[in-house]
Amino acid sequence: MSTRSIVPFGPQHPVLPEPIHLDLVLEDERVVEAVPSIGFIHRGLEKLVEKKDFNEYVYVAERICGICSFMHGMGYCEAVEHVMNVEIPDRAKYLRTIWSEMSRIHSHLLWLGLLADAFGFESLFMQSWRMREKILDMFEYSTGGRVIFSVNKIGGELKDMPNDMLNSFLSMFNDMEKELKTLTKTFLGDYAVNSRLKDVGFLTKQQAHDLGTVGPFMRSSGIALDTRKLGYAAYPNIDFEPITSTVGDSYARTDVRIHEIFQSFDIIRQAVAKIPNGEVSVPVKGFPNGEYMMRVEQPRGEAVYYVKANGTKFLDRVRVRTPTFANLPGMLETLKGCQLADVPILILTIDPCISCTER
Amino acid sequence: MNMMPFTKTALKNLFSKPATRMYPQQARKYPQRTRGHIEINIDTCILCGICSKKCPADAITVDRAGRTWSIERFGCIQCGYCVESCPKKSLSMLQDYTQPAGQKRIDTFEKPPEPPKEPVVSEQKEAEKNA
Repeated sequence: MSTRSIVPFGPQHPVLPEPIHLDLVLEDERVVEAVPSIGFIHRGLEKLVEKKDFNEYVYVAERICGICSFMHGMGYCEAVEHVMNVEIPDRAKYLRTIWSEMSRIHSHLLWLGLLADAFGFESLFMQSWRMREKILDMFEYSTGGRVIFSVNKIGGELKDMPNDMLNSFLSMFNDMEKELKTLTKTFLGDYAVNSRLKDVGFLTKQQAHDLGTVGPFMRSSGIALDTRKLGYAAYPNIDFEPITSTVGDSYARTDVRIHEIFQSFDIIRQAVAKIPNGEVSVPVKGFPNGEYMMRVEQPRGEAVYYVKANGTKFLDRVRVRTPTFANLPGMLETLKGCQLADVPILILTIDPCISCTER
Repeated sequence: MNMMPFTKTALKNLFSKPATRMYPQQARKYPQRTRGHIEINIDTCILCGICSKKCPADAITVDRAGRTWSIERFGCIQCGYCVESCPKKSLSMLQDYTQPAGQKRIDTFEKPPEPPKEPVVSEQKEAEKNA
């Protein structure tokens, strides 16, 4: 038996977009154990709820993350709407669905780019991010912001997407779908890419269940759970099934995410076909009183928003459980037994968002 | 197995226009809804202070005694909450972003003193009460 050594990994590392520190216990080149530490970028956004009233906090909530900012704002708004028994108009529900799915496409494209960058396929990274740029432009066109959208409010949406805008988006999505199909051939069929992704970082169905993983990371291990099926926003009226894979390695995670992008295109098409006309917000009076636990499906998995209100304009408590936090134990499990050179890719395949995790 | 699946994309990129712009020479056109910066029409402003109360970043200061409305340009987060809540629709969101600068800037807008007519003063007070 060889001697063990500890290699520190992160918080600054070329492959990590965000800071997480791991102490990797190695035997030769093989990882035996990984000890994580987070807490480098804690911002105290949950504490801020004592300073900002429940309407202002929407703008704080959407700044929890720069990638799923729409869904953070939406999750918080839905939680408060449930506390206040506010029924938002149907059109607003569909708009939330469409923007959520656009965020998912954006996030997964970003992740595909980062993955390509991590295994050194620079031009594939450029291609993915070029497509992502189109989504960002669509966001700016429809909401006024590329990263922070500020369209959610308690009681609906601040902005409407006119039908001609929706139709123009649909034709752009058709073009993107064609483009993505050619990229898919490279991501899933290229020999060099496969050699980096296949047969590394296995997570069995049982492990995925026991360690409480969420999102595409869990679904690629064979568990068909999707929080969208719980039926928030307009998802009850949309026909879709969670995409799963039974393999559970890095390749399966890539496969699941790519097919989720295609599924998002399909959900947006369905939503645009069904969207009713009418108002996008209802006036909300009074202050919330009560508590609620809201679960939404973000690109990275299930996020939980707990809101406790006391009848004044300041909430008692807001708690956000982000998907990366739930996925960290699963990630440590996949790292056990892998080669040191595979560590960056394995960390990346859970799609870590440490800023969300630390809030 | 598909050999060299990326070749077609690479060739297409080689013979098509670049995806980027020559930035400073060719400026970007902002869409209609871009949230760039807040503009105030000080003539219609009644200095009610709702915008400063609602601002999540506390970037707006309204001084009723000094009759000024000021905004910290680099503190503003362009959320548009003030625009939405302004009772007189004096605030608007324009497309251009605040230019980068070496120092943080506070823009102050002064409202001219009221003319000493009696009815105008009472109207002003009424509006403040309503606000």
